[in-house]
Order: sequence, then structure tokens, then C-alpha cells
Amino acid sequence: MPALDLVANVVVSGILTGLVYGLMALGLSVIFGVVRVVNFAHGEMMTLAMYAATVLFAAFKLDPFLAMLPVAAAFFVFGYALQAGFINPFITRPEHSQFMLLVAVAIILVNAMLMIFGPDARNVQVDYQLDSYELGPILIDKGRLFAAAAAVIAASGLFAFFRYTLTGKAIRACADNYLGARVVGLHVKHLYALTFGLGAVCVAIAGCAMVLLVDVTPPLGPAYTLLAFVIVIVGGLGSMGGALLGGVLIGVSEALAGLFIAPSAKSMFSFGLLILVLLLRPQGLLGRRA
Amino acid sequence: MSLLDVRSVSKHFRGLRAVHEVSFDVAEGGIQGLIGPNGAGKTTTFNMIAGVYAPDTGQILFAGRAIHGLRPDEICAAGIGRTFQIVKPFAGLSVLDNVMVGAFLRERHAANARAAAAKILERLGLGAKRDLPASSLTLPDRKRLEVARALATRPKLLLLDEVMAGLRPTECDQMVAVFRELNRADGTTILLIEHVMRAVMALARQIAVLHHGALIARGTPEQVVRDAAVLECYLGEETEI
Amino acid sequence: MKRSPVLLAVLAALLVLLPLLVGNYALSVATLILYFAYTGQAWNVMMGFAGQLSLGHAVYVGVGAYAAGSLFFHYGIGPWAGVCLAIALCVALGLVIGFLAFRFRISGVYFALLTIAFAEFTRIGFDHLDWTGGPGGMFLRVAQRDTWDLANFRGPPLMYYYAMLALAAGAFALCAWLLRSRAGYYWQAIREDEEAAQALGINTFRWKLLAVAISAAMTAVAGVFFAFYYNNLFPEQIFHISRSIEIILGPVIGGVGTLFGPVLGATVLTLLSDGITEALAAVGWEIPGIKQVFYGVVLLAVVMFLPNGIWPALARRLRL
Repeated sequence: MPALDLVANVVVSGILTGLVYGLMALGLSVIFGVVRVVNFAHGEMMTLAMYAATVLFAAFKLDPFLAMLPVAAAFFVFGYALQAGFINPFITRPEHSQFMLLVAVAIILVNAMLMIFGPDARNVQVDYQLDSYELGPILIDKGRLFAAAAAVIAASGLFAFFRYTLTGKAIRACADNYLGARVVGLHVKHLYALTFGLGAVCVAIAGCAMVLLVDVTPPLGPAYTLLAFVIVIVGGLGSMGGALLGGVLIGVSEALAGLFIAPSAKSMFSFGLLILVLLLRPQGLLGRRA
Repeated sequence: MSLLDVRSVSKHFRGLRAVHEVSFDVAEGGIQGLIGPNGAGKTTTFNMIAGVYAPDTGQILFAGRAIHGLRPDEICAAGIGRTFQIVKPFAGLSVLDNVMVGAFLRERHAANARAAAAKILERLGLGAKRDLPASSLTLPDRKRLEVARALATRPKLLLLDEVMAGLRPTECDQMVAVFRELNRADGTTILLIEHVMRAVMALARQIAVLHHGALIARGTPEQVVRDAAVLECYLGEETEI
Repeated sequence: MKRSPVLLAVLAALLVLLPLLVGNYALSVATLILYFAYTGQAWNVMMGFAGQLSLGHAVYVGVGAYAAGSLFFHYGIGPWAGVCLAIALCVALGLVIGFLAFRFRISGVYFALLTIAFAEFTRIGFDHLDWTGGPGGMFLRVAQRDTWDLANFRGPPLMYYYAMLALAAGAFALCAWLLRSRAGYYWQAIREDEEAAQALGINTFRWKLLAVAISAAMTAVAGVFFAFYYNNLFPEQIFHISRSIEIILGPVIGGVGTLFGPVLGATVLTLLSDGITEALAAVGWEIPGIKQVFYGVVLLAVVMFLPNGIWPALARRLRL
């Protein structure tokens, strides 16, 4: 039985990592909630953002937190273009067809990264990564804390956007009632593309934050896609608060499973949780029944 | 003897009293109409008979056997065929294949099911369109397909849910003729929910009137149109007879 | 429809005579095509016929492969008993997944994600199962490659080719028969409109379970073949989501719900992948990942421009 302060440390670090997971999953959730398409290339986009941060760091010594701005801008354009150019024609097609489209995008992304960056792991090294705050017996890594803070700020920004801006309200209207939104004259396809762009921004910020916590390799892409699915389903597909809650839950359960069982068993825990939630509460913890 | 016996069934949705203590029966070989203004509980009653949901209280007997609470497929297997108000063709299949799906309930082998389906299509005037995809049919043809599919399950009782809605008067008259013929030649009992009074008056021998979830009148068409309560609640607002 | 039987007969004759015409390498490619035609056909029963989207079919390949592989590895029991165990286990697993999903009314995207979850769950489980070798894998003895040992399914590439040909042909015939039988009609009705299907007396729960069971059983046999053809099994490889995607690619590209779609899709994709490899080798671009990028681009183009797959478009052109 590990000592109590060790458990507390692991839980705190799990929560902080989970918030970054949550932001990544928030992107998936928002896209599904509005466009009703499951982004099977989500983890690959996440990995791309992580590579972008390492490249900017290697070339310009740009801190990953500063890299968030250009990466987010580029990802917004990428997401908008992907939705407008490729996914919009697919929104009325059957699910397996949408799935295949995004799988093709994922295959291209992950292998393009393999081509460009090779199979070796990359990372960034900033001086505050090794520092930590002491809170009694609990040590909090500065890098992890800042990453989690960035995730919370970005998520709050997105919440505010959907709640208070006209465009955000229009997007929510599209999500509630596609036909109704068209009837009142909303440009639905543009709003869909905007939503995908915002989902991509979540991924961009989460990716830049994540390079402070883990090294990036191409196979991380499919793994993050699955992770994002698990999180949004546990939290509730389409629910914004649920994505963050799911992220924290999965972050903590992964950390604890790594401590008590075996590090390699941690995702088994997550998938077990996913199966349970799907069966007992298919709409997710914070989701609404369709 | 009554084929279908609905005994004081009730159904509430979250406090909303959709159907309350409704009783009526349908005689074997009869044609019974169920009418009422919008929101009267017609569709809820229909769905309880068809097994979409179980009544909160009360019983539904079919040929003397309790069927309330059974699943839709069990109801169909028991001998009750239904149509949908908003037609539900199997869009990707041909007209003939649509009807074959129904015919397979009584015929295990494809050849027999195909023959049975073809016969029904001829009868409903869809014979020439049997190889077209169901998605290409016009609304009147889709309604006919809906009836053909239900008939293919060889029902003793046919439930028709606003099968005339959206049809032109001549198309409506054709449908009425089809049902009369079915009833006369095969002895198929029919329960129809209708908004179109013209069809109900022409077809039904008995009519039950629902209003606010309760039964307010029963009788022959002539009796019902003269009933004061009916005139007040229903015909007062809708005078198309 | 008159020309289809002729086409089929020509194709069958060509496939039977193929080993006389080509060398060992081409034969291995042909075996691979038949393998994907077979698994595609199996997946198609569930999705193409009954409309239940499974994104976790690798779980049946893996469980089937490990079931027969373990019997052989630990007890020297050949694959004929192994295939029975594989089918039994996969059908049981499919019924559990299907029962839970259909009872709890999980459908569409949620059902697809549930199938992924089960596949991943099983993968990690096998990673921690020492009896099957864990992440280090399981290796089956390769005794000889010269004579046909049918009892232990050991022999030259030709034997595996004909075995796979028999399986693919059998699957095709089975699916053709299913599609024309009551089951096929009922599944398609469920796929098109479940509520209407139920109103016509179809116990949709039972028929959907039947589709899952048949699909799982067929895929289990592919797993047994996989184990005895490749002779090594790693959870990381056999259960990986990309294996599930491979199974789906053929029928989606070829035409979901059609008989020829899985066959055509498997052929096109395998030859495409092989062709890209050779073309890249010829021009000397051998960077890891470049092949898959081209593959992905072609996939994207097919999905975008032939939404129903290649076969329906081709069949219209050929008036089959």
C-alpha cells in the first residue's frame, strides 16, 4: 500500500493532466455536439499540434505557451478548411462514410508526421519544467500546473463564447435544430466550419500544453483519438462541462491505475469505465438524452 | 363476437392525461372508425393497441387473448397489422422486396413470400411498380405500399393510422374501395383512425369518438353525426363531412 | 443480372488456375486479397446487411487467432478443433456485446464506439495474459513447408492460397444465400427502418443478434487462418484499431451491403498498396510513411467521389 502523500501527489498530477485531456476532448465534444460528426482524426490533430510546438521551440526557442497563439491560429484555419472543404458534403451521408473520410484524414496526418519528423520522440526543454511548488507534502510541477491553467482558461473562453456572443448563440441554435436554424436564415455551413475551427483551436492549445508533460511520437495520434472518445463518452458526447469532468476522471483513474496496478493497465481501466458508462448511462455523466 | 376488445385503458405522459379509461370494441369482420380532434388521444390509443407502449391501466384483448404490454412484433405475429401515419418505406429496397419483408412472417421460403407479395401488389394497383425502389414512389403510392406491407403479414385486424391524410379526393375514394373489397372478400376487420371525415363516413360501420383522452360517443356514422357532444367538440370546428 | 453468373464463373476459374500462372510473391498478394475479401464479407453481414456499424472487428480476429493458436501452442491440438473453439468464443463475445448494446438501446455512433472499446479492452487484457505470452507475443512452431499437412494446417504457400480461396468463396456463397433468404430481407428491413421492421412482426433484437453472431463466427475463422499463416501473434498488432479499419476499408471502398463490394474493395486496396510500394521503390522514395500518405489520399478521393463505393458505380457502367 503506497503512502498517503504519494497517493495525494498522484491524484493532483492526475487532475492537472486530466484538465489538458479535457480541453482536447472538449474540441471533439463541441464538434460532435454541433456538426454531429465524430472526428476520428482528433488525436492525430493533437499530435500535429504537439509537433508544431516542438518545431517552434527548436527553431525560435519559442516557449510552448507563446506558441499557443500561432498554432491556434493555424489550427483554426486548418479546421475551418477541413470542415468547409471535406466534411460539409458528408454531413448527410451515413456514419460509416463519415468515419472513412476522417480515417483517411487521420492516415494522411499520422504518416505525414512520420515522414517529416521520423519515428523518434521529440520534446521541449524549458527551465520551469523541473521546478515545482510545495504545498505541504504535495509537490506540484510548474509545467503541469501551467498547462492545466492554460487548459482551464481556454475552456472558459470557449464557454463564454458560446454563452455570450451572438455567433456562439447561433452555433448553439444550429446544434439544437438544424432545420430551424436554416429557416431563420443562419448560414449553417459557415457556422459548422467555424465550430470545427474552434474545436481545432482547443486541440492546438491542448497540444502545446501537452508537450510540457510528454514526449511526442506519431503513434500517439491514434492513442489520443481513443482517449478523447473515452473522455467525451464518459462525460457526455456534446456536453462541454462533461468533457472537462471526463478528462479529470480519466486523468485521475489513469494515474491511480498506474500506481496501484501497472502503468500498462491504465488504459484498460479507462476502457472498462467507458463500457460501464455506455451501458448504464449512454448519454454520459453530464449529457442529455437525445 | 368482438375481435378486439379495449377495456378501460389509460395512458399518462408525465402527468398529461393522454388517454383516460377508454373502452370500445371492434366486431369481427367489422369496420370501426376512431375519430376525434387533434390531441384527442387517437394516436396514443392506436399505439397501445400496436404495442408501441403498454397502457398504464386497463386491458386489451385480441380474439379473447390479452395483448397489452406485448412488443410490436408480437402484436403483429398475433394477427394485427398496422400502417404508419408518417409512411416508413424501406427506402433502399424495391417495392416488391418491401412487401416480401411482411410476407416472410407467414411464409418461410423466399419463393412463396415473393408470390404472396406480388399478389398483394396487384390487388393494390402497384403491380407495375414492383421493381422500382420504394424511395421513388409518390405519396399516394407510398401509402398504398404501407397498406400492402401490412396486409402481407395476413392480419385478422388491420390498423390504419390516417392512411387517407394527404390524398386527393379521388385517390381517397380509390383507397376506400380497396378497403371495402378487403373487408368483403377476405373478412379482414379494420380499425381506422382518420381525420378525413369523408373516408370515415364512407367506410366505417361503427365510430368511436375521442375528446381530451376520453370516449364521448359511439355508434353508427348517422348516430355520431347527430350526437350533441360530438357536434360541440368536433364537428363544430371542422365541418368537412 | 444475367451477366453476373458468367462473370463469377470466369473469376472462379481464374482464381483456381492462378497458381499455375504466377509466382510465389503474387500468390502471397492474392492470398492477402482473398483474406480481406473474406473479412470484408464477414463485416458486411453486420453493417451492410443489418446496419450495425462495428469498428472493433479486430477483436474477433484476435480472439479467434489466440484461441486456436493457444490450443496448438500449449497442447499441440491442430486448428480443426481450434476453429470450433474460436467460433464458440467469438460468437459468445459477439452475443455479449450485442446483447448489452441492443438491450440498453445503444445505436449509431455509440454502438460503434462501444465496439472499439471492447476491442481495446481485450487488447490490453491480452497484453497482461501471461498464458498467451503477453505483449511479447505467441509463436507457433513452423515444422515443414514442403508437404500438405492438413491435420495441422501446415504446408506450402499454395495450401494457404487454396484454403483462403475456399473460405472467400464459401463466404461469398453464404452471403449470397443469406441475402436472398428471410434473414437477408429482415436485416435489410432493420437497416432501413427498425420501427417499421418491428411492426411487420420482426423480433429485431433477435435478428440483430443473429447478424452479430454470424459475422463474429466468420471473422473468428479468419483469425484462425491468420494464426497459422503468420505463426506469430502480438496483442498490439492483432487487436489494434488499425486492423479493424483494414477490415472495413474493403467493403466501404467496394460498396457496403453488396456481394461484390468486399471482393472488389479488397482487390483494389491490396493492389493499390502493393503498387504504391513498388512505384516508390522504383523512383527511390523510400521514406517511412510516404506510402501510407499516398494510400490515404486515394482513400480520401474514393470516399469523396464514389460515396456508395466502386461496385455500384461499376455495375451500372457494365449493366450487370
